[in-house]
Amino acid sequence: MTAPTGEAKIELRGLKKSFGAKTVLDGIDLSVGAGESVVIIGGSGTGKSVTLKCILGLLWPDAGSVLIDGIDVTALSGRAREAHTAKIGMLFQGSALFDSLTVWENVAFALKTRSGVSNREARNIALGKLAQVGLGSDVAALSPAELSGGMQKRVALARAIATDPEIVFFDEPTTGLDPIMGDIINRLIVDCVRQLGATAVSITHDMASARRIADRIAMLHEGRIVWDGPAGDIDSSGNDFVDQFVHGRAEGPIEMAVRG
Amino acid sequence: MNFLAPIGRVFIAFLVATGRLVAFAAVSVSHCVRPPFYGRSIGRQMIQIGYFSLPVVGLTAIFTGMVLALQSYTGFARLNAESAIATVVVLSMTRELGPVLAGLMVAGRVGAAIAAEVGTMRVTEQIDALATLSTNPYKYLIVPRLIAGVATLPILVLVADIIGVFGGYAVSVHSLDFNAANYLKLTWEFLQPLDVITGLVKAAVFGFLITLMGCYHGFHSRGGAQGVGAAATNAVVSSSVLILASNYMLTTAFFGA
Repeated sequence: MTAPTGEAKIELRGLKKSFGAKTVLDGIDLSVGAGESVVIIGGSGTGKSVTLKCILGLLWPDAGSVLIDGIDVTALSGRAREAHTAKIGMLFQGSALFDSLTVWENVAFALKTRSGVSNREARNIALGKLAQVGLGSDVAALSPAELSGGMQKRVALARAIATDPEIVFFDEPTTGLDPIMGDIINRLIVDCVRQLGATAVSITHDMASARRIADRIAMLHEGRIVWDGPAGDIDSSGNDFVDQFVHGRAEGPIEMAVRG
Repeated sequence: MNFLAPIGRVFIAFLVATGRLVAFAAVSVSHCVRPPFYGRSIGRQMIQIGYFSLPVVGLTAIFTGMVLALQSYTGFARLNAESAIATVVVLSMTRELGPVLAGLMVAGRVGAAIAAEVGTMRVTEQIDALATLSTNPYKYLIVPRLIAGVATLPILVLVADIIGVFGGYAVSVHSLDFNAANYLKLTWEFLQPLDVITGLVKAAVFGFLITLMGCYHGFHSRGGAQGVGAAATNAVVSSSVLILASNYMLTTAFFGA
């Protein structure tokens, strides 16, 4: 699914971020082609979420650049930056639905911020997106708190794709779901991304999810990309870090920080 | 010289926190005057902060007015100056007790609620989600609360003033055998518009401080349920202290030292 032009949709160059004395990102270089689905794998606390937040502009990197469509968004500020991040839809780990709003208002949230979209139109689009993730109009008027975790995830997915974004981020899409619901969400992600023709970046430590979603997999360890290759090569990477992670072994080059 | 280090650390931490708060306030206020505006959110917050605080503010005011009349009677009766009670009640209520007590009650009720709500939105990534949905969190969350606080606190204090004076009147007429018409005449006689206006200006400042501290602590909360709880506590404590401190400074500014 690599774009015919071969031009990178998102490019990270030497991205660095520290919190106090703790270095989380130590020079990330990653390029994601248009229409490509890249999954970043790695253990907890290796900086996967921080990477996404730097691209989204929720965190400012200490050094390095984030290029979206060839433009360095870290050099932009205010409105110009917002215009670029508007291209990105995001599915949050905990769904992050607004509990003060109904399901359909959540999905239609970004549509309503755009001028020229009437309430009725926004609602119709929202219902269409909900149908796309397998939810009927009967849940539209419910509050998110009344839904199960899997259904909340679906609503969050519908919200992430509501504005037909060019780029979609998935933060641990299957965490906290049972394996069956996890697979349903994975399949919905693949379908939605394909339908949009969007570029997708996911972060996960769930290998089943990574195998299903990814065209390409990148492994993050101690703030650096230690391996990057086609999803099919993940079992024959020849990389000790990747092997240890894929097989979930306690022994290997990755030493988990275990506090007694 | 090692014993100086902890003092310095605390002082630097204080300066850092103050700087962050001022920066947060500056950004929030700058968003108050730039579109887009969320009119519906402002309306909803006015009802939350203003309308639903009426009972607690009203109760506080009436008991304060009643006790003021009783206590000042005890004092003034010894000097045969009972006629001063009406003036004491109305001036104390409008200048000081109305704004300060309403402010403190609203700080407890609203400051904690704002910090808890915004803090929960922070720890469940709802604030990050807003940003990814082309919505500025300051404009959508902070600005409506600040505007509602500044707009409704003066109204609440005006209501508190009236109810407080009525409390004093009721006690004076029914328990202390004052003549009703005379009490009202004495109430009006020495009351000047400035007494009420300065109280309302104080109220607006307190409204800003309460909502600002609620939003600030909520916005910067971290670490799940415990963090949200700490944010709520900090919001109430800091806004209460700021109300009392700024009340002194405002009184000095209005009426001289």
